[in-house]
Amino acid sequence: MKRLLRGGRVLDPVNGIDGDCDVLIAADRIERVGRALPVENGVQVIEVPRGCVIVPGLIDMHVHLREPGQEHKETIATGTLAAVAGGFTAVACMPNTSPINDSAGITELMLRKAAEASLARVYPIGAVTRGSQGEQLADLAELHAAGCVAVSDDGRPVATALLMRRALEYTSMLDMPVIDHCEDPSLKADGVAHEGFHAATLGLRGIPGAAEEIMVARDVTLAGLTGGHVHIAHMSARGSLAAVRAGKARGVTVTCEVAPHHFTLTDEALRSPVQYDTNTKMNPPLREAADVEALLEGIGDGSVDAIATDHAPHHADEKLVEFDQAPFGIVGLETCVPLVFERLVHTGRIPLRRLVELLSVNPARILRRPGGSLAPGSTADITILAPEARITIRARELRSKSKNTPFDGWELRGVAAATIVGGRTVFTHPAVTGSEVFAS
Amino acid sequence: MPVVMDADRIARTLTRIAHEIVERNRGLERLALVGIRSRGEHLAKRLADQLQAIDGRPVPTGALDITLYRDDLMRQPVGPQPLVRRTDVPFSIDDRVILLVDDVLYTGRTIRAALDALIDFGRPQSIQLVVLVDRGHRELPIKADYVGKNLPTSRRESVQVRLEEVDGHDEVVVEAEG
Amino acid sequence: MTKSSSKPKDSRAVVTAPPPASRLRGRHLLGIEELSPEEILLILDTAEAMREIAERPIKKVPTLRGRTVVNLFFEPSTRTRTSFEVAEKRLSADTLNVAIATSSVVKGETLVDTALNIEAMAPDMIVLRHASSGACHLLARVCRSRIINAGDGMHEHPTQALLDAFTIRHHKGRLSGLKVAIVGDLLHSRVLRSNVLLLTRLGAQVCVCGPPTMIPSGIERLGVRVTTRVDDAVEEADVIMLLRIQLERMQGAFFPSLREYFQVFGMTEARVRRARPDAIIMHPGPMNRGVEIASEVADGPYSVILEQVANGVAVRMAVLYLLAGGVDDEAAA
Repeated sequence: MKRLLRGGRVLDPVNGIDGDCDVLIAADRIERVGRALPVENGVQVIEVPRGCVIVPGLIDMHVHLREPGQEHKETIATGTLAAVAGGFTAVACMPNTSPINDSAGITELMLRKAAEASLARVYPIGAVTRGSQGEQLADLAELHAAGCVAVSDDGRPVATALLMRRALEYTSMLDMPVIDHCEDPSLKADGVAHEGFHAATLGLRGIPGAAEEIMVARDVTLAGLTGGHVHIAHMSARGSLAAVRAGKARGVTVTCEVAPHHFTLTDEALRSPVQYDTNTKMNPPLREAADVEALLEGIGDGSVDAIATDHAPHHADEKLVEFDQAPFGIVGLETCVPLVFERLVHTGRIPLRRLVELLSVNPARILRRPGGSLAPGSTADITILAPEARITIRARELRSKSKNTPFDGWELRGVAAATIVGGRTVFTHPAVTGSEVFAS
Repeated sequence: MPVVMDADRIARTLTRIAHEIVERNRGLERLALVGIRSRGEHLAKRLADQLQAIDGRPVPTGALDITLYRDDLMRQPVGPQPLVRRTDVPFSIDDRVILLVDDVLYTGRTIRAALDALIDFGRPQSIQLVVLVDRGHRELPIKADYVGKNLPTSRRESVQVRLEEVDGHDEVVVEAEG
Repeated sequence: MTKSSSKPKDSRAVVTAPPPASRLRGRHLLGIEELSPEEILLILDTAEAMREIAERPIKKVPTLRGRTVVNLFFEPSTRTRTSFEVAEKRLSADTLNVAIATSSVVKGETLVDTALNIEAMAPDMIVLRHASSGACHLLARVCRSRIINAGDGMHEHPTQALLDAFTIRHHKGRLSGLKVAIVGDLLHSRVLRSNVLLLTRLGAQVCVCGPPTMIPSGIERLGVRVTTRVDDAVEEADVIMLLRIQLERMQGAFFPSLREYFQVFGMTEARVRRARPDAIIMHPGPMNRGVEIASEVADGPYSVILEQVANGVAVRMAVLYLLAGGVDDEAAA
């Protein structure tokens, strides 16, 4: 059955559309977008509630779905549910599962599980090296053929400059980016928090911003040398952003992403409101105000290409331990859109069209996937945003299996009201009045 | 606020008690005074002066803080915790006749705590109790050997002893509780 | 509380100390961070009274009779644990020592589970020493008992700072206006952090000194002067406090050798002479003779190192007493 989304504001930057338009969906495709479209027989008409904005489906290009091997934290089923609840029609998931996704078999398992859940699309990211051990390249072409959209040893940096060089050269043949978790292991050492006043006075071992910056500089240089595409994962330090800018200026193919917690919180969260809250422990760590300000600027001026959550679920037992024993990471799929609205859009830092670029257009481009566009003929992956809807984040109500978030109790404005994947509505947000009209 | 003893009366009472002490103990040889902080300490010092005036020899005098021995300490904390002060008994109490001095004798629990404290310091030959005011309402079997004034009171009243050393003037007043 | 025997001998500004508080506000003692100057003075004044008990023939008072205190030590420590144990016994509390050897390789019971299991025996207080900063904060969130921090990772060691202050006050009559130099591995020292907080809170002028590789980021924001020159640090100092160097720091390339450390930073008699003639030398122990401190200085006339140990019992008695009598309702937690 065809569905007509009538009378909403459509924001499709790639196709130059920003205004009240109707969207006609047929099967899993967008058939037409235009003003006052005629209504055919048998078309389900959905009157878009006032205030909603229709955008190309959002894509989170950095999540950890934990399956296979760590299903107590999250599964592909629960993770993709959290994704659509957060307004994402697709996610790219990292290979640091157990076993590591360094072979077609694991990639195919992930795709099968995603198809069974039938919620958000899953684009697997394969490992750069076998077992992500940093010694021997994985079978990158096989991974690509099996469905991987990129390669990464996330959790660790690509171990040596030589390996990074080879990976960049090889993947350029496959038109795939290498996504690097940039950190110099000797400088990071056994650090658990950003090296600064707060970690120093709380007695926590520090990780300097330089640890990230050094590796970003290495990767940008190598991308320049090889012509390959490096994508900097979860960038957090102002020095890293400077290196990325310099690389782009020289014509190097480098892109970067920033996670919402890195532009929302500083290392002051280590001591306030709660001291030693393990939900403020992640890698790279929450940094100081100057870093946050630099990232906000980069997001505004286009130096930052994408926002990606680095959604990292951990079981409550694993986080209820001493700070330096706790695993790094927080969940992010369901808090991303509200934080982007609250900190970037409503403050006037970025216009709404930039949100679409950061969360849809650019991730699709970087991953060489369809998306980021509502052009007729494109897959009907659509996110309905409600910029003015007020919500309160409640950790225990998150759809993710794990609830490790520092944003519990935060009152935010702006959320995804509904998520449509392949023409099918897979989620409507209960807190947004009128969202139920979108239900299939 | 009825004043039941003025400065003059207090002075004469202490003199009278000093003479009673000398008489009952037939001399001051093995005597020592231990005042219960904080006002008992000052009364003990005054008595020491009086006794020295009578007998010619100084009487060893010490001060005892019984806070850590109270039986109500860890039960229902009401208001601020009592501040612990130093105990200062710079002589051995073994084989001595100890005169324990306090300002007001009421339930007897303070004296009970003081006895416990004293026993931790040594083994006196005997302990006698001197109080300026006995207001009755004993909850333990404690009796004073020397009493400045017997003052029947009701439980709703409070007896305040003010001393020059602490309060700037000497008087004993009875206040009705609000 | 000025003792007439040690009046300040110069005209440096002396801030009158505020009157002590009448009680401690918190349920726990997790660090100096949470204590006001008035509360610190309350603890020091109470410790004065406790010290006298050590001079009696029967070194015991019945105050904590029937109370149970668990000494939960995840790091080996003879000195601090013994000090707490003596303090607890002098207050007639029942003590229970639980020493846990942890290996980072073998993942045993979590800290939270260990503590909750101990709580099943209904202790009144848990004295915790742990290798992780913030461990006692975690327990304070999860446990019913009052928690006393006996040293958490690199974060704080509040009773050490309190007994250090007690010792200084005993010799100098005050803390306000004193020049205190703290020399050593500043980065990894919880004694440093607690002492800096306490001394600055009570108006002392603190100068910290150590190798540049061992200076915590932003430490000057705590109101201390920072230098890498020990001669500058001890110039005209009233108090010199040495911090322990751990031998394994050489693995992290923090300084080249113990020999070089001693030459550049070690407290020698020559360096001590730059301080005031009545300066006192302190060390939380255990000492590395010939590394952070020369033997002659450790055993010399200005050293109050052994007094620190003796004062530790009185200070810990004061802390136990004040916390045990505190308000018991959950709202205060």
